[in-house]
Amino acid sequence: MASSAAVPFWRAAGMTYITYSNICANLVRNCLKEPFKAEALSREKVHFSISKWADGKPEKPILRSDTPGV
Amino acid sequence: MFRQASRLVSRSITAKSALNRAFSTEVPSTIDSSFVEAWKKVAPNMDPPQTPSSFMKPRPSTASSIPTKLTVNFVLPYASELSGKEVDMVIIPATTGQMGVLPGHVPTIAELKPGIMSVHEGTDIKKYFVSSGFAFLHANSVADIIAVEAVPLENIDASQVQKGLAEFTQKLASATTDLEKAEAQIGVEVHSAMNAALSG
Repeated sequence: MASSAAVPFWRAAGMTYITYSNICANLVRNCLKEPFKAEALSREKVHFSISKWADGKPEKPILRSDTPGV
Repeated sequence: MFRQASRLVSRSITAKSALNRAFSTEVPSTIDSSFVEAWKKVAPNMDPPQTPSSFMKPRPSTASSIPTKLTVNFVLPYASELSGKEVDMVIIPATTGQMGVLPGHVPTIAELKPGIMSVHEGTDIKKYFVSSGFAFLHANSVADIIAVEAVPLENIDASQVQKGLAEFTQKLASATTDLEKAEAQIGVEVHSAMNAALSG
């Protein structure tokens, strides 16, 4: 049975709302004037440290960061 | 004894559930008294079970007369742009079009599309370009607007908008997979909205 509700085009393409919203926000941030653009981009920097656990102990963590070399 | 208690619960609830369903705006003070009596007969030393509604704070009551001002809470993930500000009107870029919100607006949940949100206070109009988000309009004339990114129009660089628009229009033409097409179309929509905001 085809879906009865009209879905937005991004939902039909398999994207979730959060992904859509974040893409929109990134596009807006990239079109800002300096210095607002630099502020916005530095505000949105993320830094992850991910470690898998084995035998109740964490293995070596993987770092993911916007600032390389950290 | 407890097996009988569950039978009593299901019997009294099914008999009354259709009639007892109160509107969500009413204060949930209507505890089913026949259930409480039946419970006390079976288990007099135990308190009757609580239901989720007894833990909820009652909704703020809707004023009998429409308030003169709209209270706006406009929040972003990193800052609270407007907090409890009393204004005359707010125009939000809902997916169904520009929606004007006055005090006493019917309760609504609106998904926002990239566009201009304007806050009108007397003769003051403050405009923001909102990337996307939601607006919750409550019965007591409080509007909660949440957006991921909202910038005053002066902070947008027109030349970058034009560049982005051209780039995404071109990407849309050359996109192959559904996902690429969707991303390119989002790009076109956001940049056209920014373009319209700057020129309008």
